[in-house]
Amino acid sequence: MNDESSFIRIRGVSKHFGDFVAVDDVDLDIGKGELFSILGGSGCGKTTLLRMLAGFETPTNGSIEIDGTDITAVPPYERPVNMMFQSYAVFPHMDVEKNVGYGLRKDGLDKGEIDSRVDDVIRLVQLEPFRSRKPDQLSGGQRQRVALARALIKRPKVLLLDEPLAALDKKLREHTQFELMNIQDELGITFVVVTHDQEEAMTLSTRIAVMEKGRFLQVGTPKEIYEYPKSRFVADFVGTINTFEGTVSEVGAESITVTCEELPVPVTALRNEDISTGQKVCIAVRPEKIFISREQPDDDESIAMPAVVDDLGYLGNRSLYRIRLANGQIVQVSRQNRRRSARRFVEWEDAVWVSWRPRSTVVIASGD
Amino acid sequence: MKQSRLILTVLAFGYAFLYIPLFSVVFYSFNDSKLATVWGGFSTRWYGELFRNEQILDAALLSLQVAATSATLATILGTMAGLILVRFSRFRGRTLFSGMITSPLVMPEVITGLSLLLLFVSLQQAIGWPGQRGFTTITIAHTTFAMAYVAVVVRSRLLAMDESLEEAAMDLGCGPLRVLFDITLPLIAPAMLAGWLLAFTLSLDDLVIASFVSGPGASTLPMYIFSKVKLGVTPDINALASILILIVTIGLLAAWFAMRNRRT
Amino acid sequence: MSAAREPVTWKRITVAIPYLWLLVFFLLPFAIILKISLADPIIARPPFTPLFDDQGQLSVTFDNFLFLLTDKLYAYTYLKSVFMAFAATVLCLLLGFPMAYGIARSSSSMRSLLLLLIVLPFWISFLLRVYAWMGLLNNYGVINNTLMFLGVTDQPIQIMYTDLAIFIGLTYSYLPFMILPLYASLERMDLDLVEAAQDLGASRTQAFWDITWPLARPGVIAGCLLVFIPAMGEYVIPYLLGGPESLLIGRVLFDEFFVNRDWPLASSVAIVLLLLLVVPIVFMQRNDARQAEAE
Repeated sequence: MNDESSFIRIRGVSKHFGDFVAVDDVDLDIGKGELFSILGGSGCGKTTLLRMLAGFETPTNGSIEIDGTDITAVPPYERPVNMMFQSYAVFPHMDVEKNVGYGLRKDGLDKGEIDSRVDDVIRLVQLEPFRSRKPDQLSGGQRQRVALARALIKRPKVLLLDEPLAALDKKLREHTQFELMNIQDELGITFVVVTHDQEEAMTLSTRIAVMEKGRFLQVGTPKEIYEYPKSRFVADFVGTINTFEGTVSEVGAESITVTCEELPVPVTALRNEDISTGQKVCIAVRPEKIFISREQPDDDESIAMPAVVDDLGYLGNRSLYRIRLANGQIVQVSRQNRRRSARRFVEWEDAVWVSWRPRSTVVIASGD
Repeated sequence: MKQSRLILTVLAFGYAFLYIPLFSVVFYSFNDSKLATVWGGFSTRWYGELFRNEQILDAALLSLQVAATSATLATILGTMAGLILVRFSRFRGRTLFSGMITSPLVMPEVITGLSLLLLFVSLQQAIGWPGQRGFTTITIAHTTFAMAYVAVVVRSRLLAMDESLEEAAMDLGCGPLRVLFDITLPLIAPAMLAGWLLAFTLSLDDLVIASFVSGPGASTLPMYIFSKVKLGVTPDINALASILILIVTIGLLAAWFAMRNRRT
Repeated sequence: MSAAREPVTWKRITVAIPYLWLLVFFLLPFAIILKISLADPIIARPPFTPLFDDQGQLSVTFDNFLFLLTDKLYAYTYLKSVFMAFAATVLCLLLGFPMAYGIARSSSSMRSLLLLLIVLPFWISFLLRVYAWMGLLNNYGVINNTLMFLGVTDQPIQIMYTDLAIFIGLTYSYLPFMILPLYASLERMDLDLVEAAQDLGASRTQAFWDITWPLARPGVIAGCLLVFIPAMGEYVIPYLLGGPESLLIGRVLFDEFFVNRDWPLASSVAIVLLLLLVVPIVFMQRNDARQAEAE
């Protein structure tokens, strides 16, 4: 992303709490109309970063610009930014309408304008039947909509969402996810979402920043993050993955070969620019990229090795397998259950072959 | 849930222990005999005498005035103190402040009373105020210890409150002072009311501190009662106690039913 | 509210008002007590020597404290106050724990009523509740009349104006202060914990000592201190229920001040009482802080 098109511009921002460094010198650009997710475990600094965007925390160092204006020192109540809180923070002593219209009343708009905008937003989040209810008469999902409507009504330049779906049950979460995306699409507001749930981040976002110990490990589209993780942490954090330590033994024109102590055969992968012979690397393969077969695969390109079925689990749409190599190493494999059948494809302790294509091999330069 | 027989027995004994004295007072308040312990037939004459006793009525009036004023002051000061304790994490002298605000809760009354009297005497010597001890000095004394109770009640309410409610209001365009009046105060209002009632009751209840800090001629109701019961059981005090028991019982039961109905 | 660059003046004012109030009406009085406890009594208005004499020399005497330490009567009074307050605390705990336990384990509709009945006496004048016992404990009071009517005794038993009466008064008055914190910690406790202990082979008694008691301990500590501390300085109960020779420290302080008009000695009595209570008071505040943190 080039600098001209960046709508939110974060430069060298740090936040220290005493000795603890919550956010450590980060730079980030987010484009107008993006649905951007900051993904990370608890304590990684993602919420602190969000609160600095909202204005509840002041950066120790660095600056934040939104739409060309430096807002680093602007108090929260004067920022063109609104937030949907993790606890929703719906005012318990006001009904739905009062809650939703609160921000406009504070701006001193006239009543007619407020009423019509409240109507619009309430319709947008489908709360019409509940407009005069108090928060304690609403379900969790409805409260979440009130919080969303209340934050949207001021037409902020940026909407911040702190774990927007964490408090909802699974079914509702999936439904709401798509609704959030539709609303974002319709209004064109830039969304910044903080979440610890990688699935949520994957489905919602145009781009994701993976955060750990106050720094960004990788920023990219969901596909980039999943298929081309740049570090072991990112590979592990987003989805499941098999990883093996190894050394580059050969660098060819289009492919490289890595020898791993834990694997009986050398692993080939597509060539990556900055890899040289003798370098320590980590190779990684996603479980769904690995095939299981009874016979040895007959192409000579695939990386294939004999193994035994250690354990298997049936999940309905797919099955998970733990495959044990001759040296005891476990490889995780997942396989879609395309055919309808009560019979199992393989059984415990069956002798099988596992294999994958070289282009499925992820090579991560060791370090983290 | 099934309770063991031992627990039930102790419960029954405990409640009897708490309530038998109260029942006995109410019972004897209808005793015609002047000798409070000998039954002389049913009568309501002590209630009549109570309302003709000007001293009691004056004392009661003073007590109510002191209680209402000090409870109001204590609620204002105590709410501020509670807000400070929870929301202002760092300022100079915070440790001293939190020590001072909670200490009156556990300070023996004789010490509080003595220390405040000595203060008033010293102030009078130094600056000529307070000229006369009575309503003002008792009100100040009661405010000082009752604000600690209000602060504790308000603090626990604030701790239970989601801080992001205040942040949400700020996020939607409220300055800090507006947040206080729009969000914080409405949400802690029940705690402030409870604190006011507590302060009011504590003030009405207090004998020792008032005895220290009041001057000649100013008697609160407890001071008047004490001067009478020092000498033994008297029937009109029985009547007074019964009226108080009745008021408190009705008030609390009404509050209890109101709360139960709102929940269902 | 750690918001960016908000105006701080209103914050300052909010802190300043209660702060100043407490400095003037809470801290300053203690400084004055301390000052007067170091003065000599004289017959004047006010009845004590000033901190600086005519020549501007600091005039301080520790006579009052020495007197308190050497006079047998005072040592006896302090010890007796500690003993009475301690005994009342134990009695409150013995009665209060099973009650709090029973309330916490009763059905939820019953529970609020039972709790209301614990709180109710608290709203009725403390003085009148102590007074109610005068009518019960008298030589010709309800208890003695009943005992004589039942033929248990033909002479009234002297309860009034004895230490027993003070015990009863203290236990009765402070029982709710024991029950409420106990209830709070017992009610919060998950019943599954006890069942889990029993499931793992503990008997009911073992489960009580292994699970219930340790988890209720913050409540026990809070309750005991809420009874012990005010009972130490109690004035009304020993005055009304105890005899003329029932010397408890609160009453001695009161009399020293009002009857003997010895302000310096009364001040030293207060300082020594405060010193005796510093340990439990600090302990209590730390217990509170720990509980607040746990929540």
